[in-house]
Amino acid sequence: EGGHGPYQPHEPGYGLDQPGYSPYEDEIPDAQARMLAIKNAKAYLLKTSTKSGLNLYDHFAAILTKVLDEQPANTVDIIETISQDVKWAQFRKKMDTLRDEHLIPPTFEAAEKCKALFIKEAGEEEHEELDEEMGEPALPNVMETAFYFEQAGIGLSKDECYYIFLAFKNLISVQPIQTCRFWGKILGLEMNYIIAEVQLREGEEEEEREEEEEETVAEEEKEMGEGEEEEEQKEKEPEPPKSTYKPPPEIPKEANGTGTNKYVYFVCNEPGKPWVKLPPVTPAQIVCARQIKKFFTGRLDAPIVSFPPFPGNEANYLRAQIARISAGTHVSPTGFYQFPEDEEEEEGGDTYEENPEFEPPPVAEMVESLAMWAHHVKGILKQGRCVWINPAQKSEEDEEEGEEEEEEEEEEHQEETGQPLLTLISEDEGMKNIPAWTAQASTNLIPEYSIAILQSNRWPGAYAFASGRKFENIYFGWGHKYSPESHTPALPPPAEAEFPSEPGITEAADPTVEEELAFKAAQEEALAEAEEEEEEEGEDD
Amino acid sequence: MEALSLPAALSLVAGGGAGLSPELRAALGASLPLLQRDYRFERVWFWGCIQGVRGAYYIAQGLGPDRAAPRSRLYSLNCLDWSLLTPATEEMLALAEEVKGRFQGDPSFEYSLAEINPEAAARLVQSGKEPVMKEEARLTATIEQIDRAVGIVPRGAFVKTPLGSVHENRHFEGLSLVEAKKLSSYFHFTEPTNLKNKTLLEKADLDPSTDFLNSLEHDIPQGKGSWSIQLEKGGSVVVLRSLLWLGLTFYHVPMTKQFGYVYFGTGEKNLDLPFML
Repeated sequence: EGGHGPYQPHEPGYGLDQPGYSPYEDEIPDAQARMLAIKNAKAYLLKTSTKSGLNLYDHFAAILTKVLDEQPANTVDIIETISQDVKWAQFRKKMDTLRDEHLIPPTFEAAEKCKALFIKEAGEEEHEELDEEMGEPALPNVMETAFYFEQAGIGLSKDECYYIFLAFKNLISVQPIQTCRFWGKILGLEMNYIIAEVQLREGEEEEEREEEEEETVAEEEKEMGEGEEEEEQKEKEPEPPKSTYKPPPEIPKEANGTGTNKYVYFVCNEPGKPWVKLPPVTPAQIVCARQIKKFFTGRLDAPIVSFPPFPGNEANYLRAQIARISAGTHVSPTGFYQFPEDEEEEEGGDTYEENPEFEPPPVAEMVESLAMWAHHVKGILKQGRCVWINPAQKSEEDEEEGEEEEEEEEEEHQEETGQPLLTLISEDEGMKNIPAWTAQASTNLIPEYSIAILQSNRWPGAYAFASGRKFENIYFGWGHKYSPESHTPALPPPAEAEFPSEPGITEAADPTVEEELAFKAAQEEALAEAEEEEEEEGEDD
Repeated sequence: MEALSLPAALSLVAGGGAGLSPELRAALGASLPLLQRDYRFERVWFWGCIQGVRGAYYIAQGLGPDRAAPRSRLYSLNCLDWSLLTPATEEMLALAEEVKGRFQGDPSFEYSLAEINPEAAARLVQSGKEPVMKEEARLTATIEQIDRAVGIVPRGAFVKTPLGSVHENRHFEGLSLVEAKKLSSYFHFTEPTNLKNKTLLEKADLDPSTDFLNSLEHDIPQGKGSWSIQLEKGGSVVVLRSLLWLGLTFYHVPMTKQFGYVYFGTGEKNLDLPFML
């Protein structure tokens, strides 16, 4: 008020320092009237809003209280957000006549499950005694493996590794397991899979086989029963021509304990959730899995919608991919495993044993030369099995068309041979200009303690490490093979040929009346001639 | 992800199996602050790692005061010595889309364009340059593509000031658990393209200070989208993994300010995505 000096006539503000002309006209000089104006202003500020039930006076009071309490920096810049925050806080308190249901967020449920992993069972002591009798502990040292892989920057967080460790312990106490290994983790859209590679104790496997046989026998009986019913129905109606299509004979899956089904796999979505056993894999599933590329959803019963149609659901697809990855990327230092000396070295040899005289080569050598590593899982042939089987042998059961068809099929099915067990990985083909494997040392700064790391380029996510006598394979990824070109789905098969013409179904024009009469006349003539001949013959006798 | 919160963040992202070895982590802890000092960045983000056939590139990004401005990118082969990458031009981006296959791991490797795209090669020859593309250029272009396509932030984490620059929102308290499961709560941190296409009704609900970016729910393919949202550790961390650029992982701890994304992968776009869903 009047602090800006005498204004010249040409300046704005001239004459405003006179009472009655100042810009602050609402400053009422009269004290009484001023008090009234203040009360009016305050009454206006105290007016409650029709929408929210708040009033500006309280709101400003709350803001100023908050600002003075917290004293943030650059308050004037964030004043709008402070005002909003105060409003939100007001809302929650006033409108909260109903209390929200106390939602238990899933965090706590999961925490409970994880805690359950830590609880030691009462029967622990018995288990420990058994383990000593059995010899080697079945529980893999997941933390040790995790430590080595961490040197390469691969692996899960330590917490998760420990949960997996405890989950394995549970698995071993529940299932009759001889050896067990952490195979890896496959990511999915909704949930992930943690996979354990397991060898069951021998007695247990036979029990499973019996169960499976019982199931298949029961199914066959059902089919027989249905077939009989169908036949009865069909005898009444004239049958349509039967299709001569014979599907190619189904290639039998490999027996449990050999080839692609050498190990049994258990999966769980998270440590703490129950372990589910994956069914054995069939060659048809592997052949189909090679042609499709699908993300896993995380639910084992999810259907796989694809072309060619996958024979199974996600559990089967997962098992097939695990089989492919194991066959392609499980390696060990050369010489660690050897063929047993008793058996002759067959090309189809499936067994190997540890070489007691194995001397681990230095890490530098393992990194430089890929010939220091060898596959210890048999590769899968095109047929979908590790050991080739001639599907023609099955058709011996068909008696009628047996021989000819066998010969034809033998010509078509050439015996497939894959690489024998324990081939060096230096013989793996690369794609274009990318080698199949990348080898690195974990650290160049401290070579004394570095370990050799192998990364697969064909199956991104497959890693192997070797350090002295210790080595391990693991997989972390989405479960797909790398291909330099984009995935092209299989084309639908060409349209089927038309049904071959047979006299019974060949189309022909219906004979006209004249033709029918002519035919009838001709038949009668022929009959008359035949009778005359017979009479003649009869007369001769 | 923020350089300072790197150790905690890496353990949250480790669900995918990829991470850094202790040696690299220690090296990053030492070299990233030095980067910040040398280049006068306000923030340094560890962007991730692109694995080549013979070696890996580790990438860091430096941000200035405006977080939406073009960022400076640096790469290193050992997390200690960093080299600045030239910003990507549209031409480089177009060329990089043609080059397919893994990175070699050697920054001076040259891709011969004559095999891949003869037209581009001819153009280059005419303008006096060699018809090759250096791996460095491909690296910059790929990082730019990944950032544009799948670099995401939670809604409300950044605010736009009236002057146009973008800052972190100091009042961002984190997404709630319910919001964190929805794709619409995350934004692409790049120039928005379809904000103007929204109907007036939708625009009325938007808050221009926080909703100035594209949200994820419009990502093709529609429906399932190209993201996998998972709650790990029973809901204490929400992890988004991109299905288009396999290897990009975004994490956020609901109700806290922690979020970030990192890329550990081969640097190749997953063009088979429609077949795989």
